[in-house]
Amino acid sequence: MKRELLKFLAFSALVLLAPLLFKGGYLMNVLVFVGINTMLAIGLNLLLGYAGQISLGHAGFFGLGAYLSGILTASYGLDPWLVMPLAAIAVGCLAFLIGFPILKLRGHYLAMATLGLGIIIYIVFNETVELTGGPSGLSGIPNLSIGATTFDTDIRNYYLIWTFTLVIVLLAVNLTNSRVGRALKAIHDSEVAARVMGVNARLLKVQVFALSAVISSLAGSLYAHTMTFVSPASFGFNFSIELLTMVVIGGLGSIYGSFLGAALLTLLPELLRGAQDYDIVIYGALLMAMVMFMPGGLVRGVPELVRKVTRMKGRPDHA
Amino acid sequence: MGFRFIPVISVVLTLLVSGTVNAAGAIKIGALFAVTGPAAFLGEPERNTAQMVVDEINRAGGVRGHKLELIVYDTAGDATKAVQLATKLVKNDHVAAIIGPSTTGESMAVIPVVEKDQVPLISCAAGIKITDPVKKWVFKTAQNDSLAVARIYEQLQRQRLTRVALLTVSDGFGSSGREQLKAQAARHGITIVSDDTYGPKDTDMTAQLTKIRGSHVQAVICWGTNPGPAVIAKNARQLGLKIPIYMSHGVSSKKFIDLAGEAAEGIRLPSGKVLVADLLPNSDPQKRSLMAFVRDYQKHYRAEGDHFGGHAWDAVMLLKGAIERGADTPAAIRDQLERTRQFHGIGGTFTYSAHDHAGLGKDAFVLVEVKNRDWVIVK
Repeated sequence: MKRELLKFLAFSALVLLAPLLFKGGYLMNVLVFVGINTMLAIGLNLLLGYAGQISLGHAGFFGLGAYLSGILTASYGLDPWLVMPLAAIAVGCLAFLIGFPILKLRGHYLAMATLGLGIIIYIVFNETVELTGGPSGLSGIPNLSIGATTFDTDIRNYYLIWTFTLVIVLLAVNLTNSRVGRALKAIHDSEVAARVMGVNARLLKVQVFALSAVISSLAGSLYAHTMTFVSPASFGFNFSIELLTMVVIGGLGSIYGSFLGAALLTLLPELLRGAQDYDIVIYGALLMAMVMFMPGGLVRGVPELVRKVTRMKGRPDHA
Repeated sequence: MGFRFIPVISVVLTLLVSGTVNAAGAIKIGALFAVTGPAAFLGEPERNTAQMVVDEINRAGGVRGHKLELIVYDTAGDATKAVQLATKLVKNDHVAAIIGPSTTGESMAVIPVVEKDQVPLISCAAGIKITDPVKKWVFKTAQNDSLAVARIYEQLQRQRLTRVALLTVSDGFGSSGREQLKAQAARHGITIVSDDTYGPKDTDMTAQLTKIRGSHVQAVICWGTNPGPAVIAKNARQLGLKIPIYMSHGVSSKKFIDLAGEAAEGIRLPSGKVLVADLLPNSDPQKRSLMAFVRDYQKHYRAEGDHFGGHAWDAVMLLKGAIERGADTPAAIRDQLERTRQFHGIGGTFTYSAHDHAGLGKDAFVLVEVKNRDWVIVK
């Protein structure tokens, strides 16, 4: 447990000091989105990496949070801080209700059902033009503010978003190291065995699905208030797949892996932008190489790579 | 194991380092276009045209001795990316003005960025929301949908056709057109008898058209971009629908005639003038710009210059005009843009003012009809 605490403190320090490295500049803006994506990846990882249940519809929950916050604050003038938890609760309840029938399914069928859910939510965003502004989006969403401080610059948003992200990291680390976390891993390995050991597998799966939706919704609300604009295209099927890629590339069943995956997939396109028209090819090739050579994700693959390289360097000395 | 990656990594690093190197005294112009992704049919001609025009300006010695430096980023049609890249253009590249983005959604998303950091933006998207209400730093070159709708309704009025059916696509373009079609109907004495939508990827619209056939309408107005409207034209012909069909400027390119084939005959639509540049009388004030654009685009890219490229052409030339009048800082460029009067571009004749950042009048559109697999101007 002490080791977990040290890891968390080191991670917090890194987050706190990162802005000094990228003073100003647009990378600050990208790092804000790394924070949001980290939250989303952690949410999905709890479901996929720990409980072993796939979801291809998480962009939908993300979008629901963003749209609920956006519509209720921009069109109805409610307080953003009030709407955020309300939206999270509403999305959580929805996921809980849908979770019971959906999570009875397994494997490809569960993937199909969650895929359908995500697409239905996307269509609702697109078609309810009076409410959501339709495909051209909803603008005029206010920034968040505490007292006289309005979070309208990248650096302020960075600290706002990452405060939330760190809280979620802490909660997720605690959860996965608790009895519940062990129960989730048991379901992952064998649902029958878990039930034999007295784990209420069905309820627990639905609960973690709802929790994961709540985290996504929260990230969505924060996204809406930092962007001050939302449009359906940001919450489509492609984004669900991108989230899944973040979790897999980062490392299934690792909270800090989710951060690595989110950071890599958000930053890599920016770093490759210098390569002009070839960026997509290099991006794809890198992802493929990572899955082939680091099947356990970055969080396990990188240390192993370092070990291999040092061993190779060490060999001539012993020879 | 690790060594095998070294050549790959070094190639990547070389590509990264060999970025843009600034020429001294150049004025930097940023551009955000959806070069890849679902809106690539907009972004690609826009990027090509902007690059072509900037190269030409520089070859001719630049503007007032300043070269222009164009920095293009691909947004892939994603609003989140558009915002990040707009921030990059402003904070890292320190551009004097931004051209684009290509779609209405992306444009609405980057507006808060340019308004806060005070950099002029000339959007190439059509949505009326972009400049209505007027935002201090935001201009646009694409014609408002309202002008296209007015053109169709005026023609219907002239022919005393009052009962129409709408068939619009469920994306940004279609919903904006639908809104305008509904809003202007009463003013032109038009009754909307049926109002249906179709999905951007639908491949059969027989159901909607059968419903329309049974509802005694005098004309069908369809609002969408390729390929949907071509499917509608074909389905209408299969069903033997005899009433006139009007399309939007979203399909005003040769591509539509290619897709719809025989079924395109007789279909009318409002279009920017670039489509019929060679048919325009020499007295038309836009003729010179139009012919120059079509000729240059053909020469550089061996393809037909279209409206979308035209939006970027107008944006670069409007900026050039502002810089020619003595502006080189973002604030001065903005002020000079607002003073643009009677600029004869591709999309129309632009006159910006403090109350109008769209700048075009009804004369931006002509009504065209498909005859013998080509366009003719409806008199």
